[in-house]
Amino acid sequence: MISIHNLTRITDYEWEIPQSFRGDMRGPVRIFSTHKLLEQIAGDKSLEQAVNAATLPGLVGAVVVMPDMHQGYGFPIGGVAATEFPGGVISPGAIGYDINCGVRLLASSIELEAALPHLDSLATLLNQYCPSGVGVKGVVHVNVPELERLMRSGSRWALKNGYANENDIARTEENGCLEGADPAKVSERAKARGRTQIGAVGAGNHFVEVDVVEAVLDPKAAAVFGLHAGCLAVQIHCGSRGLGHQVCTDYVQDFQSAVRKYGIDLPDRELVCAPMDSPEGQAYLGAMRAAANFAFVNRQLLSYSARRAFEETFAGKLKNWQLTQVYDICHNMGKVETHAVDGKRVKVCVHRKGATRAFGPGTPGLPPEYQQTGQPVLVPGSMGTASWVLAGTETSMLRSWGSSCHGAGRTMSRAKAKHDIRGDDLRRELEGRGIKVRAGSMSGLAEEAPSAYKDVDAVVETVVAAGIARKVARLRPLAVVKG
Amino acid sequence: MPFEELFHTADWSLRVWAADLDHLFVETARGMNALTGFKLAEKPRVRRTFTASAPDAESLLVSFLSELVYYAEQDRLAFDHFDLSLNLEDGQPCHLSATLRGAPILSLDKAIKAVTYHNLQIQQTARGYEIEIVFDV
Repeated sequence: MISIHNLTRITDYEWEIPQSFRGDMRGPVRIFSTHKLLEQIAGDKSLEQAVNAATLPGLVGAVVVMPDMHQGYGFPIGGVAATEFPGGVISPGAIGYDINCGVRLLASSIELEAALPHLDSLATLLNQYCPSGVGVKGVVHVNVPELERLMRSGSRWALKNGYANENDIARTEENGCLEGADPAKVSERAKARGRTQIGAVGAGNHFVEVDVVEAVLDPKAAAVFGLHAGCLAVQIHCGSRGLGHQVCTDYVQDFQSAVRKYGIDLPDRELVCAPMDSPEGQAYLGAMRAAANFAFVNRQLLSYSARRAFEETFAGKLKNWQLTQVYDICHNMGKVETHAVDGKRVKVCVHRKGATRAFGPGTPGLPPEYQQTGQPVLVPGSMGTASWVLAGTETSMLRSWGSSCHGAGRTMSRAKAKHDIRGDDLRRELEGRGIKVRAGSMSGLAEEAPSAYKDVDAVVETVVAAGIARKVARLRPLAVVKG
Repeated sequence: MPFEELFHTADWSLRVWAADLDHLFVETARGMNALTGFKLAEKPRVRRTFTASAPDAESLLVSFLSELVYYAEQDRLAFDHFDLSLNLEDGQPCHLSATLRGAPILSLDKAIKAVTYHNLQIQQTARGYEIEIVFDV
């Protein structure tokens, strides 16, 4: 087990495990954390997993980990690693099973006071229109040829079929479509899982949440993002459902042979990888991008359903009830990006697993209106706690591969949460605090209790103090729909 | 029960042990079933077969368990009886042939998204064969 004593303090918010720590490391590990959060982080195997990630062939610079980091499998949650392009490797395990799991934020001009009498029925409609729970089917079922078109087009498929508007597309990372998606590299089994799951939340830590913009910390940026103090907003957190899980399962399995073929030696078989320019690497990239596009559509369909619930709740009662997209961002993804390395601009493949892209002002690819603010960075809390809207900075581009934290980060195991917390007690507690809860499973709710997570405010204070994001607004939960 | 849940911050982890490899596979499947907390319908009973080849026993185990994950999500089926035949001759690809018997799932506490290779290594111990395995949930 790696302890805090093995770390070198760079600043109060940045620590390092030097490359010399272990002979097979190809770069250092840089940890954004306070000493207090490190004490929690050091309680599980996440630091060891970050060191293992630093052994990936073709690694460029440091493996970076965020203050919400915790133990995953292979790669730590909250980790970012860049590999050489095109000569480095791509690792499915370093992106994860829920390919393009991400968060979408929709803003409104609905004032809290006007919404309060209707929150209960809004929560019920959201629960009805945004199916959640284990193995639940989605609101749209497509045949395989249509699914393949969807995987190639991403959010444009949703636009063409009346589930999106142009602003949604413009305010989605990569405009909701990764180029190079190749549905032919997605297995029939993955397609079978995906074709009936579009527009469903699923289970686990995924949710649809109604919030109120409780505080605006950067009025100028908040205005550009469309966030109004005292008004409602909606967060949607989910990914590529069974389709993505199957793609990752298939390629982690296939790459067990690829590492032998290419003579790659790794400390953990879940980190298996293949050269990006190899047939195996190209096949995974095509399939992963197809799954990512599926996830963009999934969140778009959930936005459509959320808008339907808002319309039925507020139309005729309030003048402006519409939901406008702030941004849609990914936190499990592998993407080719241009970053500054040793003073040169170079293309690298950035693996983010439980870390949010946080591009700063002036970065190509951002919507024109976000060129001066930096991109919105969405940091959901833990059901009963605040969520944050941050903005990317110039420092994030220099220190963290243009990345920041993605949430509060778990600190308590699911087994302990279920043992210590009763779902119905938690539900009563949240309802007592004015938070409407719609949950398919009380044990699932208990697993996701706020006390199972780190203090999201402490996580956000850390990334802000480290300079890799800045505060824009704080959100307070009003209604939560969970599987 | 020849399995126990291990600490994992975000996902599920089991230690499983058995006298031989066939039983190790079966007990890992049973441990996975216990984690998900499914309840099966009494009827209709269903039967499925599964065969796989892999370069090593760990890969076969992941394939076998991934098959169960697929059936649970896609067909809402789970299995409570397993007949396995493992062929692990030195220098040959490992081969598994299995007959799965079960029924439709009535209810489920929690789904498993995927079976991981994280630190997966079958080890011989005083209890026979032993593994630690992590499931993504």
